[in-house]
Amino acid sequence: MNAPVSDRSKAQFDGYQAPRWAEPVVMEMTCKGRRGVVFDDAPAPDLPAGAMRKTPPALPEMTEHDALRHYLHLSQMTLGMMGVSLFGTCTMKYNPRLGERAALTHLADIHPLQPADTLQGILELYSNFSDFLCEVSGMDQFVFQAGGGADAAYTHACVTRAYHASKGELEQRDQIITTIQTHPCSPATAHAAGFEVITLSLEECGYPSLEQLKSVIGPRTAALMINNPDDMGIYNPDIKEWVRLVHEAGGLCFYDHANFNGVMTRLRARELGFDACMYMLHKTFGAPKGGGGPAVGAYGCAEHLVPFLPSPLVVREGDGFALDDDRPESIGRVREFWGNAPQVLKAYAWARAMGADGLREAADISVLSNNYMDKRLGEVRGVSRSNPSVTAPRMEMTRHSVEQLTKDTGCTIVDISNRMADFGIDALWLSHEPWLVAEPFTPEAGELWSKEDIDYWIDVLERVVSEAYATPEIVKTAPHNAPIHQLKGSDMADPATWATTWRAYVRKHGLAMAAE
Amino acid sequence: MSKAHPWMANSVPEIKNEMLAALGLNSVESLFSQIPEDHRYNKPMNLPPQLASEVSLSRHLDDLMRKNVTCADNLSFLGAGAWPHYVPAICDEVVGRYEWQTSVFGSPTSDHGRNQAWFEFCSQIGALVEMDFVGLPVYSWGCAIGHSVRMASRMTGRRKVLIPAIMDPERLSVLRNYCEPREMARHIEIVEVAMTGEGVIDRADLRAKMDDSVAALYIETPSYLGIIDPDPGELCQIATGAGAEAIVGADPLSLGLLEAPGAYGATIAVGPTQPLGVHMNAGGGVGGFIASPDEERYASEYNTLNISIGETVKEGEYGFGLTLFHQTSYGSRDEGKDWTGNSVYLWSLANAAYMAAMGPEGFAEIGRLIMDRVRFARAQLGSIPAVRVSSGPVFKEFVVTFDKARVVDVNKALQAKGIFGGKDISGEPGIEGQAMLVCITEIHTEDDIGKFATALKEVLT
Repeated sequence: MNAPVSDRSKAQFDGYQAPRWAEPVVMEMTCKGRRGVVFDDAPAPDLPAGAMRKTPPALPEMTEHDALRHYLHLSQMTLGMMGVSLFGTCTMKYNPRLGERAALTHLADIHPLQPADTLQGILELYSNFSDFLCEVSGMDQFVFQAGGGADAAYTHACVTRAYHASKGELEQRDQIITTIQTHPCSPATAHAAGFEVITLSLEECGYPSLEQLKSVIGPRTAALMINNPDDMGIYNPDIKEWVRLVHEAGGLCFYDHANFNGVMTRLRARELGFDACMYMLHKTFGAPKGGGGPAVGAYGCAEHLVPFLPSPLVVREGDGFALDDDRPESIGRVREFWGNAPQVLKAYAWARAMGADGLREAADISVLSNNYMDKRLGEVRGVSRSNPSVTAPRMEMTRHSVEQLTKDTGCTIVDISNRMADFGIDALWLSHEPWLVAEPFTPEAGELWSKEDIDYWIDVLERVVSEAYATPEIVKTAPHNAPIHQLKGSDMADPATWATTWRAYVRKHGLAMAAE
Repeated sequence: MSKAHPWMANSVPEIKNEMLAALGLNSVESLFSQIPEDHRYNKPMNLPPQLASEVSLSRHLDDLMRKNVTCADNLSFLGAGAWPHYVPAICDEVVGRYEWQTSVFGSPTSDHGRNQAWFEFCSQIGALVEMDFVGLPVYSWGCAIGHSVRMASRMTGRRKVLIPAIMDPERLSVLRNYCEPREMARHIEIVEVAMTGEGVIDRADLRAKMDDSVAALYIETPSYLGIIDPDPGELCQIATGAGAEAIVGADPLSLGLLEAPGAYGATIAVGPTQPLGVHMNAGGGVGGFIASPDEERYASEYNTLNISIGETVKEGEYGFGLTLFHQTSYGSRDEGKDWTGNSVYLWSLANAAYMAAMGPEGFAEIGRLIMDRVRFARAQLGSIPAVRVSSGPVFKEFVVTFDKARVVDVNKALQAKGIFGGKDISGEPGIEGQAMLVCITEIHTEDDIGKFATALKEVLT
């Protein structure tokens, strides 16, 4: 039976109103001669004719106030976590404002090439945080150069090349093994680094069998890149044996710890045998996601891979710290300089505010909240959960499906998601491609969202499901209470009409240039 | 934990008990039953003590960070990939908005505002470089070079890129990783093109090395050493004449004065985004853009997420959503183009606000100001005995060479006077003698430059 809808939920159903500003594209807001930022006058330089700009760029001319107001309007038309966002796999967290203030105050004006003796604070923080993550993972060294989780996976692919090259085996070891439920960044970066990718498929239990793994490992194996638990909340209990087998074949093992939140303090990648792992500081460790970075994939490894890590490496030197760039076996840079320092600071601050007890508490709450959700969602009409044969409690998220509801009503999970936005619920995370579960969705409550928020989220889903059965048109034509209506979509997929810039739009749609 | 944590709503014991009761449980332990016993780490974590209160955490961060000396404390002339430009206050306010700082992606309708702002970032980059197709930003300029070279290689089926013999070692190191080691089957060979004494690409050497095995020519103007190529269009024509892509790296802040790459025949433009309203952030401000003509053969090779304007079901209303998603790694895993992931999208909002507030005249004005200050700085520094300053047109960086002193010593002595001298480039490939790369921007006053010159004079005598 369904839980009763709370009064709070009833009030929120009717009370929510999305901001709508009908904001023009900034290019349309131009008025010749207006200025937003001015500088002192200076004479025009003597430039070679072939190098000089002939036509001024077609940028808008607007006041500072109008520019600010425009972007604030746009920020207001971004629902995100102003409502309830249980965007699974992304581990939505509060991003403490203290971290923002501290980063802006202390790091904004630091240049990465300053002498090390003027960088002692930030280098000490890097070193302390590396130590912290080493304790959490069992690894020996962490680096923060990678600009996101995928970039850390890429770092691993580059480290794998260097490791096998150092043994003269790179030409031979040209395959990286992964699973279909491992995040796309592992196969993609492995391929971009030059490897052939072998993707194992799932079996009844929700993960590939040992036999399947054994059938692909051998002298060509360079590495295994895998996450665990996966995005369905299923933990592979054979993982230690996987690692042993890959090692036996001469390959490295990389643990994508994207789904670390539910296992924090309960297991360590190194103890499971992995050579390297990564944490996403912008999800698990409380730094902001920013809609897609700046982010940090903290990459950690055991001692035998340390020589290959990207440079420069923060090292202890006497009583202080230095940046070591003289490391002949290093892969060099995967990105310029030494990482998104503000995000590292914010994550370090988050970690210190949590401490060991806080990490355990967060993991407990994530898994508890997910199982609470899982239970309630199991009572919603037309909703089922992936891998019904896996009866053990899921970790910090579970994959569900509205396949039955879609069959019954014609409303897809995208329709449901659009309609939920009308009640202040940001888009649901569905599933990475390919969809192994039809009409999927994957909520993750983490430790942030209150039970009231979780209940409201499920109350909204129940209401929308009821609508789907009673008045499906309302659901299919949603959203009705968002900043804009449904996109047609077809024009964005057609080369004749798509436009990623205003220039292209104006050209393709035959409008006069805004600047004219 | 002794009290409820401010960032964990359900750390209230009664709430936890309510949820446990709903599950018919007394404790959370059984929820972890999927993890085999011998996988578990049962020792206590040896971590530094929790700093539970914001006041103690804030104090800790302040104490730690006070061990830094910043470019606000010192006068700094460091550039080379992270530049000290003025960040208008509105950029910080826009970037600091909690709505888009904390959230991740949403949908084109629920998170309409961010999608529009992203489109406006791409549109304004497109206006600066005069190209019609622009992707959402990538991690950095070096990464933009890497991805664009790989685009060119896929487009042409060729596996060689020509690059300037003198290139920023940071960007070059990134590019080397993207081009893969020789052992890999898809390795892209990197071939250097000689530079003339003036620091521009040697046309004869380029012509000698350009042939139908070359996927792309990559050039920069202004170059790593700040030098403006007098006729970059000529270089592009040499490349495209051989069926190679002409990739141009350009500082977008120079494009109020310097010709747009799209106008002189570049087929792909890349560059840094940090100069457009983002602080240096110890190097954490870097970002990169990729732009090209809006032709399918280019569009179909982007690894980036791409946002298109499009119509909604309501007459006259438009929105912004993903296009070409299927070709990303999110859409096609290892069959996608390179890879896609979190990048620097938040910074693109600062970039968008910056470009909108600057407008065409702001870009022209800042360009003139920077070049005038550079002229002043070159005159001041060039008048010091045993100091030589590069000649020829430069944008915001230039090389200073020392006849007698070592740059490492000069910079140490300058630091004692509260000045960060230019980047020590002595010993880098193609650099002769003791040399530093000095960066001058709109933030440097003539007084600052005078102080620098005076200090340098003192240091050298």
